[in-house]
Amino acid sequence: MPALAVRGLEKRYGRTEALRGVDLDVGEGELFGLLGPNGAGKSTLVKIACGLVRPTRGAAEVAGAPAGSLRARASLGYLAELFRFPGWASADEVLTLHQRLARSGGGPAERAELLDLVGLAHARDTRVEQMSKGMQQRLGIAQALVGAPPLLLLDEPTSALDPAGRRDVRTLLEELRRRGVSVLLNSHLLSEVELVCDRVAILRDGVVVAGGRPEELARPRGIEIETDDGPVRLEGGREEAARAVADLVRAGRKVYRVEVRRSTLEEVYLEAVGE
Amino acid sequence: MRAVPVIAAYALREALRRRVFAVVLVLTLVFLLLYWLATQYLFDHLEEVIPPDRVDARTLVGSTVLGLAMFATLFLGVVLAIFLTLGVVRGDAERGLLQPLVVRPITRGMLVTARLLGAASVCIPYVLVVYAASVLITRTNGDWTPDRTVVPGLELAFGVVIVAAIAIVGSVFLTTTANGIAVFMVFGAGLVAGLLGQIGDALNSDRLERIATISAWAAPFEALYQDALHNITADTTGLTRFVVQLGPFGGGHEGGPWLGLWAVGFLVLCTVFATAAFTRSDL
Repeated sequence: MPALAVRGLEKRYGRTEALRGVDLDVGEGELFGLLGPNGAGKSTLVKIACGLVRPTRGAAEVAGAPAGSLRARASLGYLAELFRFPGWASADEVLTLHQRLARSGGGPAERAELLDLVGLAHARDTRVEQMSKGMQQRLGIAQALVGAPPLLLLDEPTSALDPAGRRDVRTLLEELRRRGVSVLLNSHLLSEVELVCDRVAILRDGVVVAGGRPEELARPRGIEIETDDGPVRLEGGREEAARAVADLVRAGRKVYRVEVRRSTLEEVYLEAVGE
Repeated sequence: MRAVPVIAAYALREALRRRVFAVVLVLTLVFLLLYWLATQYLFDHLEEVIPPDRVDARTLVGSTVLGLAMFATLFLGVVLAIFLTLGVVRGDAERGLLQPLVVRPITRGMLVTARLLGAASVCIPYVLVVYAASVLITRTNGDWTPDRTVVPGLELAFGVVIVAAIAIVGSVFLTTTANGIAVFMVFGAGLVAGLLGQIGDALNSDRLERIATISAWAAPFEALYQDALHNITADTTGLTRFVVQLGPFGGGHEGGPWLGLWAVGFLVLCTVFATAAFTRSDL
């Protein structure tokens, strides 16, 4: 059973169609990246999955339960793109509140582990109003992990983080994958998604326009061979490269370097969204 | 329902930390100080009050100033209630405070109920303490106590909770500022209903009085306030009873046995309506 299953999902806000029949699955323990330009429907999809928004048509299921139901919400952790915790509460108090609401019996040990996991072990008693934006973002991630949910929905989790913080989140995501947690990662940072995600889907105008494993999406973009007679550029992929090198050597040329060029996720993305 | 006390406690902590709470506390202390001075002056100069024949001057002064104090208590309680609840749905959603809570396995009805309980747990003790202080000051300075002491205080507190419930309903549909303005207007309309009743009484206009009664019951905080005013002189008889003029916006008016039931029903209706609307709304 997929951690998240979305079938024919549609959402209208008045005359605006935010989603126009989206289908996707996030498997158990899978890191799934959701990409797309602003207004593509990514946040709407995440919000439907966690029950903040009701779909106009279609269905979404979390661990087999209809999205938005109490059972579905008990199975997920969510980090909103724009969120805030009360300024007067300490990191420990925020997590305590969410432990109670999530009915987590983890107690102080779980809170300490989560704060340690996101690099906030030193800020247990620090009030939210005294935290930097990056610290609040880390606390948000810790909050989403309360109760060890099998599915995490992360909407731009690294938007307020510096490069070191982003690297920490990537490490955290890899650790979560190791623990078997499924993650739906909504991010604008293509390099980040390319580095950690098992599969991606690219949304444009409310429909999935491309999807698959990042390496599957990347297409061959030609072969570059450096020879004693200058560079040679050819069409094709790995097989064609091997044949071309053999032909060049047979022709008595010296080959110094061979590169099979593939499109990056960024190029695939820009092509998919038509920019 | 285990989440209700958790969120109510969260709302209570949040309320006690808000600046408006400190402002209301300061205003309350100023009000009680002025009330102390006013009652002391009035009762010290009771002989200068010349009531109509067969009217007890002490009862006239005591009930009138306590009626004014009850209005002030209601007003301060309503200010507190509105500021604690005016943004609990749309306002908190716009600020990003609501989403992390709503995605937890709790119903939106629990959230609405908990926020109402949180506001009530601040407003009820506040109103009861201010009312009790006003009664104590009146008794200390004027040796006058209302005919019924406890019920008027409870009615004022209930009236404030009803305003909080109206503000929560408004918060589902309106932005924080718009909701604050709307709820204060509803509160003002209730007060105008009381004033209309007094004018109707003075002009002996049944129609005006009927309009005032319907308006006061439509938003029962006003009917509760009028019944509370009625209760402080409930056992007073004769001309004194006829003469006493209590609050600045409407005099005492007996609510009758159905008022409490209707007030509870109104509160439940507000909670159910807010829950239904909140459940249907996208965040």
